[in-house]
Amino acid sequence: MIPVSHYLILAGILFGMGLLGIMLRRNLLLILLSVELMLNAANLTLIAGSALHGNVDGQIMAFFVMVIAAAEVTIGLAIAVLLFRKESSVDTSVIENLKG
Amino acid sequence: MTVFLFYLCSVIAVLSAAGVILHPQPTRALLSLIVTMFALAVLYLLLGAPFLAMVNLIVYAGAVLVLFLFVIMLLGVGAKDAPLKERFPLIHILFSLVIGGAFIAALAFLLRGGKQTLTAFEGTVELIGRRLFTQYLLPFELIALLLLVGIFAAISLAKKDEGDL
Repeated sequence: MIPVSHYLILAGILFGMGLLGIMLRRNLLLILLSVELMLNAANLTLIAGSALHGNVDGQIMAFFVMVIAAAEVTIGLAIAVLLFRKESSVDTSVIENLKG
Repeated sequence: MTVFLFYLCSVIAVLSAAGVILHPQPTRALLSLIVTMFALAVLYLLLGAPFLAMVNLIVYAGAVLVLFLFVIMLLGVGAKDAPLKERFPLIHILFSLVIGGAFIAALAFLLRGGKQTLTAFEGTVELIGRRLFTQYLLPFELIALLLLVGIFAAISLAKKDEGDL
């Protein structure tokens, strides 16, 4: 059987790669996609914790995280569409209205 | 068999996550994320969460990411990412790779000790449904309200100013 630390290390690697995606991407949609990757890594951690302790609480938490991710994607995409309507580009380098 | 499936699916998940963060075209990056979802669904099945594995595929990969794909394709040419060399100066890329690598290494170092094996446990549909409607009823109703508010917010943000809605 696989010890639980392997699942947690995999979740950590996926989370770190999502973090790298946020740091390295300049397109707003692809930054949101990297946030989705981080949310999935957190889900994997929650479900591994649920299997570790023999509860179903971790799985229910992961279910709630999925629903919250769906709501967040909805609003994030609405913001991206608004940005595209205004600037004709979703590159984050065009967001400079508040630049000091 | 379980061990082979775990390593196979974790390799697939890490490689497609690399595709998510590195591929220049947004549609291919999103399809890489869907491959990651499939690998993660198999891992959830190995961890005894069949309901969540299927909900992951149906709701997350099948609805949320497809919605994402619609928006990417509606934005068309405007959704392309600039090549890596002209996005940031090289020192920023190197620094972020160092930070990301240090983060992953620190996590792997901290987590290496736990040798506990997992208990045999099945999160069946009946168990999760029972808990959702008895013990976790309040969070369940609250996230239903959250989804409703999300729909209101998305419609009121993205509608054109014609005053009809």
